[in-house]
Amino acid sequence: MTNSSKGRAIVRVASGQGFWGDWLEAPRRQVEGGDVDYLMLDYLAEVTMSILQKQKERDPNMGYARDFVGAIESVLPAIAKRGVRVIANAGGVNPPACAAAIRGVAAKHGVSGDVRIGVITGDDLLPRLDELIDGGHALANMETNEPLSTVRDRVLSANAYIGSVPIVEALQRNANIVITGRSTDTALTMAPLRYEFGWAADDWDRLAAGIIAGHIIECGAQCSGGNCLYDWQTIPDLANVGYPIVEAKSDGTFVVTKHPNTGGRVSIPSVTEQLVYEMGDPHSYITPDVVADFTSIQLAADGENRVRVFGIKGRPATDKLKVSIAYRAGFKAVGTLVYSWPDALPKAKLADRVLRERLRNLGLEFDAIVTEFVGVSATHGPLAGEAHDPPEVQLRFGVRGQNKASVERFTRELAPLVLNGPPSVTGFAGGRPKVEEIVAYWPALIDKRVVQTKVEVLS
Amino acid sequence: MKVRLLDIAHARSGDKGDTANVGVIALEPEWYPVLSTYLTLERVREHFRGVITGGVERYELPNLKALNFLLHGALDGGGTLSLKTDAQGKVFSTAMLRLVLDVPDAEATSLGLSAAGHWPADAEAPKA
Repeated sequence: MTNSSKGRAIVRVASGQGFWGDWLEAPRRQVEGGDVDYLMLDYLAEVTMSILQKQKERDPNMGYARDFVGAIESVLPAIAKRGVRVIANAGGVNPPACAAAIRGVAAKHGVSGDVRIGVITGDDLLPRLDELIDGGHALANMETNEPLSTVRDRVLSANAYIGSVPIVEALQRNANIVITGRSTDTALTMAPLRYEFGWAADDWDRLAAGIIAGHIIECGAQCSGGNCLYDWQTIPDLANVGYPIVEAKSDGTFVVTKHPNTGGRVSIPSVTEQLVYEMGDPHSYITPDVVADFTSIQLAADGENRVRVFGIKGRPATDKLKVSIAYRAGFKAVGTLVYSWPDALPKAKLADRVLRERLRNLGLEFDAIVTEFVGVSATHGPLAGEAHDPPEVQLRFGVRGQNKASVERFTRELAPLVLNGPPSVTGFAGGRPKVEEIVAYWPALIDKRVVQTKVEVLS
Repeated sequence: MKVRLLDIAHARSGDKGDTANVGVIALEPEWYPVLSTYLTLERVREHFRGVITGGVERYELPNLKALNFLLHGALDGGGTLSLKTDAQGKVFSTAMLRLVLDVPDAEATSLGLSAAGHWPADAEAPKA
């Protein structure tokens, strides 16, 4: 067996965060619960970048996932004294500001000398957008094919999804905390494996294996018993759920497991549920580094809370990168009222008709009005069948439109129903619905060669 | 025999824009052929008629004993645009499991399928 550059036969990558807002305890539990070599923290969802961009506009020192600062603080002893390295896409739209905050925390705890921060930039295309469009890059919407020029004046953020290469470079330059912007979630796991085992840039099968390892653990506990439908009643001790760990070998095979004495369950069903999560065409899982084939994945039980993954095939990467663009797309508001037995559903339905008539009489125009009856048909619609006189039904009423004043006016129409609509109504303690600006997602592709990443290592 | 998908499969769903994906996984490996044979594109399209506005795509993963379906136009625009409770398609999985398959009696009987609910008998009890 070939060992890693550090002489390791097995490299352990632990997942400590599946999205911004995930369990604050998880990172510390992952480094304290047993041996791990890398802690991988995924903070970025599709719309997170635009939220961060808005924060950066208000304060140039913001624009990164602030939870990361607390996470690092909770794992500093492991980084400084035990050699655990952290890789996170917490940089958002401002990796340098994120790095500065992390340096501050290291200084506060007197471990500045033990921390080398790798900062990866170059994914942010917002400053270059006009130049790119003028240069013939249409950045057409992958779903609708419309060119970006149709919403150019409303664009808030634009970031290319970058792959493992700059992370590997930061590790080679001895960074022990690597901060990226819009890196793919999967690269955060694949990069340390590629670095440790020296996998070549055209070693498609192994690179694909690293990507699939990343896909399995990128949503945190969602592969180790969290949100697991299979046998859910018997999954033990979710209060103490263990987040997943990949134990990888240089040949590209790996085991998914979790620390001993933790709750949850790692099993073939739990891993399979995560494998199919957000899956498109399983033959072609396209990443900046490789195209992975999910139809090649083999799973085998490998003891309690251990699943072995092998057989993975990959193909050459494409010459494009996906770009995540966020743009302002109008306003929305959603409000609720609760109607009680008897005849809860007919009362809620009458309230819906009354509300729609009042909005019409006011001459308000919306792009969409959506009514749901929570407890009856909100999530499964007509598939849910007939409701049999439920004890209560929540009327959930939402509007969306370009005119903020119209949406604002709608939020004033819900409360009056408490006194001037159908009876047996309650649940309005939360007050008027809030008007939210909609920041929508515009996925596009761009030629790889126009995106240049930059790695800086601060010590 | 009418066989509920809930009794022979588990599932997880997620989103990509206005598309929900539903991965359907056989509860027992030997039941995968029931899924691959009877859970057809037409069957799923019919099940979600009136629930989604776009088309359906179907992919087979025999290695995982799973099928993957893409349900287009499922999420009122998806992501932040959507006004739906399930804007990210998280529970299209269980909406799929409401589907009832027609499986020939002989085949259903030989595989031990019944109209009754299945849950693996060897499952361990939860810790206190």
